[in-house]
Amino acid sequence: MRRAIFWIAAILILAGLQTQLAGWIGAYYYKIVILAGVNIILAASLNLINGITGQFSIGHAGFYAIGAYTSASLVHFGESSIRGAVAFLPRFGQDTVLLLLGILVAAMAAGLAGLVVGIPSLRLRGDYLAIVTLGFGEIIRVLILNIDAIGGARGFSDIPPLSNFFFFWVFLFVLVTVSTIHNLVNSSYGRAFISIRDDEIAAEAMGVDTTRFKVLSFVISSMFAGIGGSLFGHYTAYLNPNTFTFVTSFYLIIMIVVGGLGSIGGSILGAVLVTVILEAFRSLSEFRLVGFSILLVLVMIYRPQGLMGSRGMFKFRRKAAVAK
Amino acid sequence: MITFLQQLINGISQGSAYALIALGYTMVYGVLRLINFAHSDVYMFGAFMGYYIANNRTFQEQMGTSLLSAMVVMLGAMVLSAGLGIIIERFAYRPGRTKTRFTLAFWLGVLGAAFGDLLGDSLAAIIGGALIGLAVGVVGELAGFRPVQQDSRLGLLIIAIGVSLFLENGGQLVFGADPKFFPEILPSKSLNIGPLNLDSPKLIVLGVSLVLMILLNIVVNYTKTGKAMRAVSFNLDAAKLMGINTDRIIATTFAMGSALAAAGGILVSLLYPKIEPLMGVNPGLKAFVAAVLGGIGNIPGAMVGGLVLGLAEVMAVWLGSSTYRDAIAFVVLILILLFKPEGIMGKGLVEKV
Amino acid sequence: MGLLDIKDCTKKFGGLVAVRNLNMSLAPGSLYGLIGPNGAGKTTVFNLITGVYTPDQGSIELDGKAIHKKKPSSIARLGMSRTFQNIRLFKSMTVLENVKLARHMKRKQGLFDAVMRTKSLTEEERQIEHDATELLKIFHLDGRAGELASNLPYGAQRRLEIARALATDPKVLLLDEPAAGMNPQESIELMGLIRSVRDRFQLTVLLVEHNMKVVMGICERIQVIDYGETIALGSPKQIQDDPRVIEAYLGGA
Repeated sequence: MRRAIFWIAAILILAGLQTQLAGWIGAYYYKIVILAGVNIILAASLNLINGITGQFSIGHAGFYAIGAYTSASLVHFGESSIRGAVAFLPRFGQDTVLLLLGILVAAMAAGLAGLVVGIPSLRLRGDYLAIVTLGFGEIIRVLILNIDAIGGARGFSDIPPLSNFFFFWVFLFVLVTVSTIHNLVNSSYGRAFISIRDDEIAAEAMGVDTTRFKVLSFVISSMFAGIGGSLFGHYTAYLNPNTFTFVTSFYLIIMIVVGGLGSIGGSILGAVLVTVILEAFRSLSEFRLVGFSILLVLVMIYRPQGLMGSRGMFKFRRKAAVAK
Repeated sequence: MITFLQQLINGISQGSAYALIALGYTMVYGVLRLINFAHSDVYMFGAFMGYYIANNRTFQEQMGTSLLSAMVVMLGAMVLSAGLGIIIERFAYRPGRTKTRFTLAFWLGVLGAAFGDLLGDSLAAIIGGALIGLAVGVVGELAGFRPVQQDSRLGLLIIAIGVSLFLENGGQLVFGADPKFFPEILPSKSLNIGPLNLDSPKLIVLGVSLVLMILLNIVVNYTKTGKAMRAVSFNLDAAKLMGINTDRIIATTFAMGSALAAAGGILVSLLYPKIEPLMGVNPGLKAFVAAVLGGIGNIPGAMVGGLVLGLAEVMAVWLGSSTYRDAIAFVVLILILLFKPEGIMGKGLVEKV
Repeated sequence: MGLLDIKDCTKKFGGLVAVRNLNMSLAPGSLYGLIGPNGAGKTTVFNLITGVYTPDQGSIELDGKAIHKKKPSSIARLGMSRTFQNIRLFKSMTVLENVKLARHMKRKQGLFDAVMRTKSLTEEERQIEHDATELLKIFHLDGRAGELASNLPYGAQRRLEIARALATDPKVLLLDEPAAGMNPQESIELMGLIRSVRDRFQLTVLLVEHNMKVVMGICERIQVIDYGETIALGSPKQIQDDPRVIEAYLGGA
């Protein structure tokens, strides 16, 4: 009951903000807010596999790209058939269906990719995942460059705009991502993930099928990256392979390291911080440079566990209502 | 049949190039368990060094085009790259391992700057970032902040990537982002063995690679230094206890790996004369796959892996399509991880419980 | 046939034969000791039993089922649990969480339950918290339930590891040098703890230990190995008098 109230309230608040936000802060900052939201989804999902489960994925941009392109492709190529199928709905409803379908397909595709990449590599020592994800990220980018149907190097531009309410959608999914990961962490699954991070051998000895859980964590993480990609693509209505390079993957790693590996609040903080530095100071390149240097130095030397530490400053623990 | 043999030779020469680069990855991984992201950029550096030597007026006047001049170019590039490798190890990786504050701060500042100003628009950005990092380090030191012991794995990884980006951006700055063309330093001859047509560059690539790999094998297996390298790759701490100067051995490993990468760079430039600062990214990734294919940490494995990958690529392009050439490496990677993750030659590190 | 049987196991590492044609049979409910000089192969035997290594020859059976080809987590699920020579606690977790993790195999919650935080999940979490706390009480660790496991003093960490191992509801408990680093007083307490735990939970315990007082004090049956082979097998008294054992240890006891 409490939870239903939470979600209804959240939807109302987000919808309300959506109508006012652009007016309050202007189009420029509105865009930054949305990008920050997408980055939160990406960072939080990366944190699940790198921070919480302790693995070494450095190709998150690949899943981001898969999500973006599959969603855009579905909508671009399937628009008429899907609209036909739901013709009874008003235009607005059709758009929403398309959008949600795109997001779903993105999640499935990215998750499947995660499975294909994860199963061979997660059976093995830590370094292998890094190698594979690095290669994977690059391969996806190269593949996209070579597929003309989705624009290749020119970029994919005929993505129909499906909404004017991207603040709402992006932050709705931010809430979905964060709450999903939070709930996972506070369950048997979360304990299993963390035990794998802390000591894989001991975890295995205590009955945790480490490979299975590593793959699970990796697939969930990829799925959310796909969702982020889908939202991004539909928001910007244009996709270019250059957005999904290794450097992007690396930015995401910086976000979670700065925020605190293993801390969900940390990934939010890190994502926002890095997005702001990157975007807001895009024109003032000196400040951007200064910002990053100082940030990285401070964090990596003096607080390598990240700004919020590996457990989060505010214990996101819900006290189990134990009737004693 | 003829074309097949021709493709075979193409594959082997491509593979030799991969093998030379792969050796550097595998050796460094063997002694430090580190994926040296910057290695591909040393390959690029080697090619550029060769370019500048070959284009040097005095050199051209004195040496002309001959086998000797080619050798001088290559040796020069190798020596310079070995130097770069030693510098990278000393100033980027060693502080990362031993957590020396200032050098770490320096490199993190550089990394920050590289990100802040991605395409290296100004040298000032990179230097500025480095200075800022140092300044922060000094201030922190004076204020009495103590650096925290951390899990060095991720830190080293970040530093490695930082060095790579620094070299790539720096290269674009210093060498210019536009591609250059490697001059002719070899007399161009063609050899006809039966129905096969082999041009001298391919032969040189094959021959030189072979010689270098044999030399490496001799050093690793029959010299004291080589024995020390093997000991360090087995167990760093035990090697230290045995009186081996591990820092020196690690530096030597980097030097050798870098020299080989440079040789690879020169040899590839003989075949494909176009060079540019980002030329190392793609071959680097593939060479790494080759190293994994042969068994990461295993030196003969890197040679075998390189050859196999080169052949696979050439065959795939010949039989299929060139669009997906780059995908081959990835497919090979997934396959080897699925079926024989310790690589063709295998290494099998067992973790003690 | 015992609860745990090692049959003719051999394990080689390259040219080194760590364990050679080893046989061992643990009767249900027994307190069994495995001793031998350093490098004799004791930890290798442990690792073979728990699935970390696979024997080159021979087989291992738990309750009649062959386990030597299984993964450690599968073996754990069949009822075997262990502690480690160099304590392997989950450092970023609290004392309570370490034990809760070990209740993992008892869970019925699915992914959906976890993500949606269903009633069945909260019920199960409550149960797990309860079970874990009860276990901590037995080991006098419940007062420190919220502390980080890594902040515990050494002796408490060892107790926590045992508590965690017990949380998996094992049939067989393997203790890898539990008395290492303990002073005489702590060792005596440990002996009492092991005995009472064996009785209370109806376990079969296999102990690898260097501390002879502990071994002779609680083990009912002792197997001595050297260079990977069994050199003696019997009651504490028999082992203490065995000349081969004395020779292997060169007078140590």
